[in-house]
Amino acid sequence: MNTVIFRTAAPILAALMLVFSVFVLLRGHNEPGGGFIGGLIGASALAIYGIAMGVEETRKALKVHPITLAGFGVVMAAISGFISLAFDVPFLTGLWWIFDFDGSEVALSTPLIFDLGVYAVVVGAVGTIALALEADEGGD
Amino acid sequence: MATATTSYDALNLPPALIDAATPAADWVVVWPVALALTGAGLLVMLRNYRHMQLAFAVAVITAILLSNLYLLARVIESGPLAMTMGRWLPPFGITFAADMTSAIFSLAASIAALVVAFYAQTELTDREHKFGFYPMLLLLLCGVSGSFLTGDIFNLYVWFEVMLIASFGMLILGGRKLQLDGAIKYGFLNFLATTLFLITVAYLYGLTGTLNFADLVDKGADIPTGPLITVSLLFLLAFGVKAAAFPGNAWLPASYHTPAVSVSAIFGGLLTKVGAYAVIRVLTMALPEGGAQLQPVIVLIAIGSLILGPLGAMAQTNLRRAIGFLVIGGIGAIFAGFALASHHGIGGAIFYAFHSMLAITAFYLLAGLIERSTGTTDTRKMGGLYAANAPLSILFLIMIFLISGLPPFLGLWPKILLVEGGVRAENWWLVAAILINSFLTLIAASRLWAHIFWRNGVEGERSEQAPVGLQKLDRTENWFGFLPTMILMAIILVFGLFPNWLFEASGIAARDMLLPDRYVDAVFAHAEDRQ
Amino acid sequence: MEVALAGLIGLFVAAAVYLLLSKAIIRMLLGVAILGNAVNLLIFTVGRLTPEIPPIVAAGEYLPIEGSANPLPQALILTAIVIGFALLSFLLVLGYRAYQELDADNTDNMRLAEPEDAPRPPLSY
Repeated sequence: MNTVIFRTAAPILAALMLVFSVFVLLRGHNEPGGGFIGGLIGASALAIYGIAMGVEETRKALKVHPITLAGFGVVMAAISGFISLAFDVPFLTGLWWIFDFDGSEVALSTPLIFDLGVYAVVVGAVGTIALALEADEGGD
Repeated sequence: MATATTSYDALNLPPALIDAATPAADWVVVWPVALALTGAGLLVMLRNYRHMQLAFAVAVITAILLSNLYLLARVIESGPLAMTMGRWLPPFGITFAADMTSAIFSLAASIAALVVAFYAQTELTDREHKFGFYPMLLLLLCGVSGSFLTGDIFNLYVWFEVMLIASFGMLILGGRKLQLDGAIKYGFLNFLATTLFLITVAYLYGLTGTLNFADLVDKGADIPTGPLITVSLLFLLAFGVKAAAFPGNAWLPASYHTPAVSVSAIFGGLLTKVGAYAVIRVLTMALPEGGAQLQPVIVLIAIGSLILGPLGAMAQTNLRRAIGFLVIGGIGAIFAGFALASHHGIGGAIFYAFHSMLAITAFYLLAGLIERSTGTTDTRKMGGLYAANAPLSILFLIMIFLISGLPPFLGLWPKILLVEGGVRAENWWLVAAILINSFLTLIAASRLWAHIFWRNGVEGERSEQAPVGLQKLDRTENWFGFLPTMILMAIILVFGLFPNWLFEASGIAARDMLLPDRYVDAVFAHAEDRQ
Repeated sequence: MEVALAGLIGLFVAAAVYLLLSKAIIRMLLGVAILGNAVNLLIFTVGRLTPEIPPIVAAGEYLPIEGSANPLPQALILTAIVIGFALLSFLLVLGYRAYQELDADNTDNMRLAEPEDAPRPPLSY
């Protein structure tokens, strides 16, 4: 997989996929999309980057180990549940804050935080597996 | 919160949501699970900080232990406690509900996990720290507590899988060939059991249209007998394999002696009991008619496990394999109480499971200390440890009394309940099997004691010299291995000497299992229009 | 429609059981994968099949349209797929490692944890 074309295109492709994954993530809840699917797209971006540039390069570009990202996602999903504690409602209740920016509605909610957590878990966990499989020695 | 002008208010359908405020104190039902999950996530993030892992894990497990104690106090004070996620009215949301059974099992699980967290320090390498022993321990505890506390059968399946994933990871930690072999057998059979569980959940959903335990108590009564027997039998098979009851026990002695001792201890203490808990929760509380129809089968399973467990233990030369067979014998006792399905039977089963969670964990830890001192896993080569480590031999002697149910230790009391239940139901086969089990367990365990501690030298050699391999425990092993094990044994001793509250608790637990009106009321507390 | 799906589920389960009874781990893995799909299909079928109307509440409405599909089985299946995928990939890696380390794709040769010629237990006290 060392063709010049692929190596030139891969970073752009990976960047596009990452942006698209965030788009799919944010469009969730009321339309098809969400953290899981977005996370899978994000993880594929990592995988493509890994195939083109090598696993070491990908790990360096990521700064954090993907499994750390997965742990962060779990914590974030749990925190989205804990927010309910302050509003006298049960664990994991969906709370909504609607802001009006110049006529367009922006809805922020705890399900969004939960979805961000799921996104991080999926990118982290699937990314870890993908990078481990791409590494020569098999890793895990 | 939003006001009533936006389209998002369609999300807050009035009749589908609980309006009453949830007091923060009610959160105690989810704390054991939520804290364990959060802790596991944080520990994964801290994976490179080896020295923080133990302290952090211990802090989280202690918090879980405290919330379990508070949960127990609440359940004793005011009966079952329930909370439905996301403010949905049950049966639509996922409900967490704790009655007495859930509360004491969850408490025992956190005690066992705390002790094991310390013990692991004696044997983990840096690499095993990095590959996440502590996050997986917390994830396992999360799955176990989740199974005990959930009030939803599909959610129970999810916690089973969480437990399974964590246990896979722990089983192969270290990656020796022996472990891979054990993990394959453990993995396939447990995966099949949970898949079978899922199939049965699908059937149950098709028959009743609900997955909530409290709702099933009502709707399960309407299932026609034929499908009911099918569903109950499949549940019995799936949970029986998970609990390692005869004849679904093959995976347990094949795998539990392969991983690190702390992993064996937490598995032996907790995992099989989750299967036993599930079988009681589903077939005694939710589908009592199905459990009654299958009673002859359950009696056979109980007798088989009771007799064959200790017999298997006698035939072993590997210490931890022998204990694995004793675990199966204990599962037989729980199934015996479950088969009786009476107040005494269920109470005895729940009491026995509580005892077994703590005792088996301690038993594996003792076995680990013995393996450390003798440098072998083969009971024929251990001889003469009494001279090298007398306190260890005393603890092991107490353990023999404990698991074979001799007075004045904790193991006696549940067996009294079980035997009394058997006598009242005039089920003499079960009574005989329970008594024979105690006798055989006593023989198997005291043979272990005689071989490991009493006899000098190695099997077959006539010399009276203790083997040269014996060594004293080093500092870490004493402080992180021996001391926590001793404290756990002390806790069990105190429970055994003052068993009154446990008798009361298992009485209440059995009542709520057999007549779950308080449980159903707690779950549906906010659904006013439900008849 | 239910009858056809029930037949298909039966076929899947039969194939899965056949494969699971094999001695080769790779076949057992395929059996597990097929069994997982059979279960997902089963959940889908027991949720009752309704044609065409997706279970989405239209904007401004409070209730889904009459006769729309049951959303719960779909949620259950999604959960089951994710979990099944995780476990299957774990078993796959485990099987591969076992194949490398134990040099055995045949379960009859995997006797490390349970030795075939187990020594007799101590006979004396």
